[in-house]
Amino acid sequence: MQWGSLENFLAMGGYGFFVWGSYAVCAAVIAAEIWALRQRRRAALADVKRAQPAGRAA
Amino acid sequence: MSSVTTSPGFSLFRYAAPNVFYPLAGRMAPLFAVLAAVLAVIGLYIGFFMAPTDAQQGDSYRIIYIHVPSAWMAMFLYVVMAFWAGVGLVFNTRLSSMMAQAIAPTGALMAFISLWTGALWGRPTWGTYWVWDARLTSTLILLFLYLGFIALQAAIDDKRRADRAGAVLALVGVVNVPIIYFSVKWWNTLHQGASIKPGSSSMADIMLTGLLVMVFAFWMYAIAAVLVRLRAIILERERRAQWALEALERGTL
Repeated sequence: MQWGSLENFLAMGGYGFFVWGSYAVCAAVIAAEIWALRQRRRAALADVKRAQPAGRAA
Repeated sequence: MSSVTTSPGFSLFRYAAPNVFYPLAGRMAPLFAVLAAVLAVIGLYIGFFMAPTDAQQGDSYRIIYIHVPSAWMAMFLYVVMAFWAGVGLVFNTRLSSMMAQAIAPTGALMAFISLWTGALWGRPTWGTYWVWDARLTSTLILLFLYLGFIALQAAIDDKRRADRAGAVLALVGVVNVPIIYFSVKWWNTLHQGASIKPGSSSMADIMLTGLLVMVFAFWMYAIAAVLVRLRAIILERERRAQWALEALERGTL
């Protein structure tokens, strides 16, 4: 392995702030999108349940 | 019967019916999500553990494995969004317009990632996070086009009118995509030219391999996210349709 140690890996040859700053924000916004998608699906399912005619509630 | 308006006998339009596409999208989305995750693990392993440090840029170049894929997807998704918005405008097919609406947030996300990672790459490479040059400015405009499309659709209550207004905006904005792509050729810019061209690339093979795997990972992720969002949009718009109520009762919604 080219890094030798975890410290070296995290340091990224002195560019750690830029490299990990990029990857952390990328991961965070993707996680946020996945969370938002889950919320949206939940809300949409609740919409369909509400739209059911009275007396047929599941 | 449901209010589906497909032309009978024309099988090409079969999947244009939201109630037909809904379960299909539900089966496809997990496949693309798994593919995206597997490709991302492989691509990042190649990018961080097999690809060497760059001779000129040191390890800062490793931002490329998310910068280029997100930038490509931001442009590609915009064209796909405008295409489906245009199809919805011309043929009045509801699913096409829903598809455009489903693509916009993921496209905006890709544009944001490309700008953010570009800024953090620009600082050590050019000495500045941001410069108002052609490539960066046109990519910022791309982000604003996505956000404008989303805001416009959200501002109009009548969904069909919102679709038409959004389609016009999306189609006008398409002119920005070739401007982004060719900006590094047409104007003097800090941003480097394309390293990857059909037939010839100025990158080491292992770096290029890692990059291409990451491009496919982002691509698969975008498809999965768009399909999941499309399903939610279909439900939002068709919540009173008979097929939705029946699927809910069967427990297959």
